[in-house]
Amino acid sequence: MSLAKDWTQASIQTIIDGLKHKPGAMLPILHAIQDEIGYIPETAVAQIAESLLQTRAEVHGVISFYHHFRTTPPGKHLIQICRAEACQAMGCRSLEQHAKESLGIDYHQTTANREFSLEAVYCLGNCATAPSIRIDDDIHGRVSLDRFDALVSRHRQNMKEVS
Amino acid sequence: MSTRIFVPCDTTALSLGANEIAELIQLEAQERKLDVEIIRNGTRGMLWLEPLVEVETEAGRIGYASISPADITSLFDAGLVDGEQTHKTCIGHVESYPYLKKQDRLTFARAGVTDPISIEHYTSLDGFNGLKNAIKADPQHIVDEVKTSGLRGRGGAAFPTGIKWQTVLDTPSEQKYIVCNADEGDSGTFADRLVMECDPFMLIEGMTIAGLAVHATQGYIYLRSEYPVAHKLLNEAIGRAYAAGYLGDNVMGSGKRFDLEVRLGAEAYICGEETSLLDSLEGKRGLVRAKPPLPAIVGLFGKPTVVNNVLSFAAIPFIMSKGGQAYADYGMGRSRGTLPLQLAGNVKQGGLVELGFGISLRELMEDFGGGTLTGKPLKAVQVGGPLGAYMPESQWDTLIDYESFAAVGAVLGHGGVVMFDETVDMGAQARFSMEFCKIESCGKCTPCRIGSTRGVEVIDRIRSGENADMNWDLLEDLCETMIDGSLCAMGGMTPYPVQSVMKFFPEELSAKR
Ligand SMILES: Cc1cc2nc3c(=O)[nH]c(=O)nc-3n(C[C@H](O)[C@H](O)[C@H](O)COP(=O)(O)O)c2cc1C
Ligand code: SF4
Ligand code: FES
Repeated sequence: MSLAKDWTQASIQTIIDGLKHKPGAMLPILHAIQDEIGYIPETAVAQIAESLLQTRAEVHGVISFYHHFRTTPPGKHLIQICRAEACQAMGCRSLEQHAKESLGIDYHQTTANREFSLEAVYCLGNCATAPSIRIDDDIHGRVSLDRFDALVSRHRQNMKEVS
Repeated sequence: MSTRIFVPCDTTALSLGANEIAELIQLEAQERKLDVEIIRNGTRGMLWLEPLVEVETEAGRIGYASISPADITSLFDAGLVDGEQTHKTCIGHVESYPYLKKQDRLTFARAGVTDPISIEHYTSLDGFNGLKNAIKADPQHIVDEVKTSGLRGRGGAAFPTGIKWQTVLDTPSEQKYIVCNADEGDSGTFADRLVMECDPFMLIEGMTIAGLAVHATQGYIYLRSEYPVAHKLLNEAIGRAYAAGYLGDNVMGSGKRFDLEVRLGAEAYICGEETSLLDSLEGKRGLVRAKPPLPAIVGLFGKPTVVNNVLSFAAIPFIMSKGGQAYADYGMGRSRGTLPLQLAGNVKQGGLVELGFGISLRELMEDFGGGTLTGKPLKAVQVGGPLGAYMPESQWDTLIDYESFAAVGAVLGHGGVVMFDETVDMGAQARFSMEFCKIESCGKCTPCRIGSTRGVEVIDRIRSGENADMNWDLLEDLCETMIDGSLCAMGGMTPYPVQSVMKFFPEELSAKR
């Protein structure tokens, strides 16, 4: 899901055309584009604006309002650390510190080898087994520092197998 | 006949490895040539026991808790498939387990019992009986039944659901909408998620009944994007409901139409506020609208709209099946029915506790929660999400109902209870409240947008001892300004947790530890 894929203007237009008839089509279109290629490229903004009869500023306004949408390609995997209260009660502040140090990046950044991007998230609904993180579409609970390291290296492993 | 083994598929079970457990059980059974059928059920809500594997026996379902891959061989050796109860993970007959047995499971009666996306399971346990009754009734009768139930919105504001529906019913329009608020942004809450992941047909049924009650033919579930598992299960359930004629242009052969679609949010806490949610659904930035007009009169795309929380809709099938009075028989005072509470944070036995109103907060945290997970003394508890006050021990005997909580300046909100042990730094918690508001403010009004930014700065100064007294006064003023001058509860309630820290834990705010 967070794997940035190849795209063309035509492939983006196909996505837009498949959804633009929906009432309130903007978010479904943005989601579909980001699901497909990992982020919302600048070219897509103009295409969406034209297709939905809105200005580019309006489309930019929507994209920037929501934390979920990104305008730069993510790494191979997206790691989100829950920063909300229930996870705070179980030590997410040290977990986020550890994550930043071990990956060598801050929030909103991607590792130099483009393996991982790091983002904050405010509750994954997994608050009874905190602290929680999300890697791509999988949520993990009771994430101790050791478990974090194990999860990260498992994802590194997968990448090696793929490549 | 094959033995049925249940392995939950909700987010929490998955987050603790349930998929791997299901695969390993399948493999082990194959190797031992045992005839088993693995069913992916929802969770019972005893989340600290996940993955909780259950085996169906003649004496009911036997549970094995917190199963890890290393347990599989010994579980089979100890007679898992026969429901033998000697293995160290065995918790016995699941439904007799006190945590579950002591609850009033109305909304969550089927959670963990059934395969969430099996219509057959759903209908075998009272599913769609409420809708059947609603089809026979006229709209006013449905609304009256909801009024009788005394149901108040479970999203936070606790507004009577029947009155809201009446307004929409009474507002003439060609097009009306039913919108389900599944944005569940409050930390410490997951009851909406459990409905959608463990019993999605109940939500579909509740929304369809709402459609019949107010003459609305289109429903939307606005689901937060942080819930990928719920998203998948809901879409699967909706697809099956269409295929079986529970949705579409001829609901259960009634000739009436109701269409339903899931729309994803995009990580914005404020989109849980109903008017911001509607703007978001319309494809805009999620800015809060001034009220009036109420969404019930001018809602989605300007049309009359019922906006209710997942739990509010989820209570409807019971009400229409068993009667509003049966629901109202639970509860106390003006808080009728049951409230799904959620124990979270530093808690030994975290999970879902559905009870009639009226238990004390302390009983909930001790009898159900079992105290803190770390075993250290409990220090503070935040009820009702990030806008709720931190409650010190002196308030733990407060009874859980809307009025008792209001009387001590606290809120029940969506029923989330987040526990903190003595190691918590309350000054840091107060700072986070302001920081969260700064990150999540929709930006429409100054007290909230600028106030929260200033709030973080002022708290930082207090904590570093810079003009502490003056800044303390400044923080007090700032809180008042936000409370009085904000358009919605985001800016208007963010000061509550801050003020509770100033009042009950002042020494932790004033000197940085
Ligand atoms: C900042 C803010 C966030 C909110 N978040 C939610 C939410 O996540 N889910 C929800 O159901 N209601 C939320 N609400 C309450 C809704 O505005 C609204 O009252 C509710 O959806 C109405 O449904 P109900 O009557 O069934 O509770 C929020 C309100 C505010 C001010
Ligand atoms: S209080 Fe905050 S979130 Fe609410 S309308 Fe004002 S700026 Fe927006
Ligand atoms: S607070 Fe972290 S999952 Fe809910």
